Amino acid sequence: MPLDANTPDLRTEFKSVGTRPNRPDGVDKVTGRARFGADFALPGQLTGLILRSPHAHAKIKSIDTSAAEALPGVKAVITYKDIPEQEGCDKDVLVNIMARGTALYDGHAVAAVAAVDASVARKALKLIKVDYKVLKHVTDVDEAMKPDAPVLHPGRFEPVDFSTLENAAHVSGKEERKTATRAHSNIAGRYVFGHGDPDKGFKQADIIVEHEFKTEATHQGYIEPHACTASVSSDGMAELWVCTQGPFMVRDVCASLLGMDVSRLRVTPSEIGGGFGGKTTVFIEPVALALSRKAGKPVKVVMSRSEVFRATGPTSSASMWVKIGAKKDGTFVAADAVLKYQGGAFPGSPVEMGAMCAFACYDLKNVRIVGYDVVTNRPKQAAYRAPGAPMSAFAVEGVIGEIADKLGIDAIDIRLKNAAKEGTVSSYGPTFGPVGLVETLEAAKAHKNYKVKLGKNQGRGVASGFWFNFAGNTCVSINLNVDGTLALALGTVDIGGSRASMCLMAAEELGISYEDVRAIIADTSSLGYNDISEGSRVTFSSGLATIKAVRDLKVKMCGRAAKIWGIPEDAVKWENGAAHPAGSNAGNFPPLSIKEIAAQASATGGPLAGHYEINAEGAGPSFATHVCDVEVDPDTGAMKVLRYLVVQDAGKAIHPSYVEGQFQGGAVQGIGWVLNEEYFYGKDGTLQNAGFLDYRIPVCSDVPMIDTVIVEVPNPGHPYGVRGVGETSIVPPLACVANAVSDAIGVRARTLPMSPPKVLAALEGVAASKA
Amino acid sequence: MSAVHVSTNINGDDVEFVCRPDESLLDVLRDRLGMTGSKEGCGTGDCGACSVELDGRLVCSCLVMGAEVGGHKIETIEGMAQGDKLHPLQQKFLEHAALQCGICTPGFLVAARNLLERNNDPTETEVRYWLAGNLCRCTGYDKIVRAVLDTAKDMRKAAAKSSAKKASAKKPAAKKKAAPKKTAKKGARHAA
Ligand code: FES
Ligand code: FES
Repeated sequence: MPLDANTPDLRTEFKSVGTRPNRPDGVDKVTGRARFGADFALPGQLTGLILRSPHAHAKIKSIDTSAAEALPGVKAVITYKDIPEQEGCDKDVLVNIMARGTALYDGHAVAAVAAVDASVARKALKLIKVDYKVLKHVTDVDEAMKPDAPVLHPGRFEPVDFSTLENAAHVSGKEERKTATRAHSNIAGRYVFGHGDPDKGFKQADIIVEHEFKTEATHQGYIEPHACTASVSSDGMAELWVCTQGPFMVRDVCASLLGMDVSRLRVTPSEIGGGFGGKTTVFIEPVALALSRKAGKPVKVVMSRSEVFRATGPTSSASMWVKIGAKKDGTFVAADAVLKYQGGAFPGSPVEMGAMCAFACYDLKNVRIVGYDVVTNRPKQAAYRAPGAPMSAFAVEGVIGEIADKLGIDAIDIRLKNAAKEGTVSSYGPTFGPVGLVETLEAAKAHKNYKVKLGKNQGRGVASGFWFNFAGNTCVSINLNVDGTLALALGTVDIGGSRASMCLMAAEELGISYEDVRAIIADTSSLGYNDISEGSRVTFSSGLATIKAVRDLKVKMCGRAAKIWGIPEDAVKWENGAAHPAGSNAGNFPPLSIKEIAAQASATGGPLAGHYEINAEGAGPSFATHVCDVEVDPDTGAMKVLRYLVVQDAGKAIHPSYVEGQFQGGAVQGIGWVLNEEYFYGKDGTLQNAGFLDYRIPVCSDVPMIDTVIVEVPNPGHPYGVRGVGETSIVPPLACVANAVSDAIGVRARTLPMSPPKVLAALEGVAASKA
Repeated sequence: MSAVHVSTNINGDDVEFVCRPDESLLDVLRDRLGMTGSKEGCGTGDCGACSVELDGRLVCSCLVMGAEVGGHKIETIEGMAQGDKLHPLQQKFLEHAALQCGICTPGFLVAARNLLERNNDPTETEVRYWLAGNLCRCTGYDKIVRAVLDTAKDMRKAAAKSSAKKASAKKPAAKKKAAPKKTAKKGARHAA
């Protein structure tokens, strides 16, 4: 019986998987019935609001809450004093949720109130008196690395002596090498990857291209602001309803910040209105719990859009240098890069992952990447879809585009020549198993979009991208109901249709219909620990655990059939939704369907359920190639994306519509990053565009249809070959659009966003140099 | 601030409520009437997640004061399906997978219905400009636009059938209405 839970038997024939049924949560979502974070309410709940620092960097000399507390209708006012530091808690998270002595960025939480309604709460916030001493601030990553930069965390990070390090000149210029003389720095970490000898490699090059690049911070821009409702009772038992990508993470982090036993806090995830990595940490949740604990009543906290921009994590802004050497035939001989990412007021920018991804698409003998994690007076960055990778890909793919142009080689051909394949030692260490970059390049080349003739002021760009994909802790239960239908309990929240994918995989494995499986997202007391829905891990890990839980259930159901038939358990096999005797020796019994086994469950030993718990490994990397056509208006610098093609390896597309949706959504987020989106700081270090009017994400009329091709190179680490698909799609667009613009008007954009004034200025520069 | 008493009509039902003068229609719908289908993505008229119809006009309910809707007719996402029968747009959004997280979906559906009631034969560009006031961060808009165009196609077929039945080939199918313009729509939203 092929039911050994550890055999990664790769299935290639499917009945349910690969179809496109309506999602199980769909009707609720088109009728307005689905409950998102802010849609939850408890009787007698209070409204919680948070007071935030108006300064980028300031000493908090005193906080006087007495007038706010005296206002009728106010039930609790808290400051950091109400959240005393607990042993073993994450100090950075603690400081980020509520400033302790120093406000580190514009929007940093300073105090919070809970009141009978929003208008009383707003009045109370105004009555809190905070005495600030404004300090010097720094928001730019290069500025923050200079010797005279204001230091955010005095005494925490040792100074770095660049003169002894690789590529010192590209880290911060000559004068900054003196940094060794200063007492402390804003450099929180340094990461080096690579192999071979780039310096030797460059000597073999016929052409070398190197440039500096800058990208601005962008926000995940989920349409649903953070929201939660907390209820702490006087015996210390607590419940929290929250929109998050990681209910178990929220539970454990809140418990540790507030000094609670984990068992006393139950977290129920709501439907989630987008996350893209931005809902993988806590902001308001511990504050709501602390307010509820003090007030003795439920407290609901919902962020405004401006709070979302000012105080939750955008991604890093980056300053980069990339150098690549190639032979005349396009073969890359060496690659080198320095990446500097600022991650806001705390360590943890995704520079390490940016460094690992930078050259991951290519088979390089000599490669080196050095990454610096830098702190600045900005909100603590949070993960944003393939965190760190889009920026480094922007620089690397831009340089490759220029090399291809200079050598007169087709943009896809030069990538094919150097593409990473099975057996390539990646630039960050591991050797790749079966991967699909070559297949994406070939499919892109064969696509009709690649053959469309371009007109005046139009150009075409190509870029590839890579993301690792994560696996991690996962736990799934599947319960057989009395009528033979199934309830599937998942611990990974559904951000983009994953319940449908899990139901498809369960139905496939059981040989029953998709409609007979109903998936729910369980609360944190109903399942074992599940890692956050991040890293494109859900369809892979929860899918793997679902399949294995179903296999566990199948073994048990076969056991019941054996009991009914009076034959040994291993003489029963599962096929097409029923138990069958395995071969003629087993006896001649008519098959027992899942419905019949369910109906007899009680008489044959009790309820039937399957479980699986794993710290999964074997996630398969996903590569993509994008092709984009743009038209630039030479009079205004405005550009229009005419065509956009995403080709990506999904391993196996469980529900192709939602795979395409991930491709399209990521691509458009990337297009926004190139064209418009940026965090804009004033001289005083305050954010100038904390709203959707001034922080402009792409709207419907900004983009064309996004064409997609799903490539399927199965991942051997998953029984159905699944790779994650959610993140790679945002990696190539930055460079892809920039390369298209260069093709259209001969201007290479190395600073994002490429807003019309910047394009126009560059165009005028080109015209002037020709004149 | 004393509360205001308001009598209005929502999804065909007469409704009375009290609210403070500083509450938006969106606050009233969500917090006073428990109609949480309309979403707040920004509260400043920039995302369209709170879209409702006010006397047939598409508005952002976060920009309308609760106190000013007395005597008007409001249509929200909760009134879109008839009993257990989904509106064709709702059905097409499901079939086309035009939602990922779904937070923007009620706003898009309300806005798209408003478009199709004016113009059942919009071009892709017209759909894109009409929906430009609704932000979606998940889908890249592709499947949303397809779902709306597909619904319009079905609606035209249905209209052609019923008019063929009624007036046996005397008149051609209903004339195309003027294409809605972006400016007209923006104006409509912000004038509310
Ligand atoms: S909530 Fe965004 S427009 Fe009303
Ligand atoms: S589906 Fe998530 S914002 Fe549109």
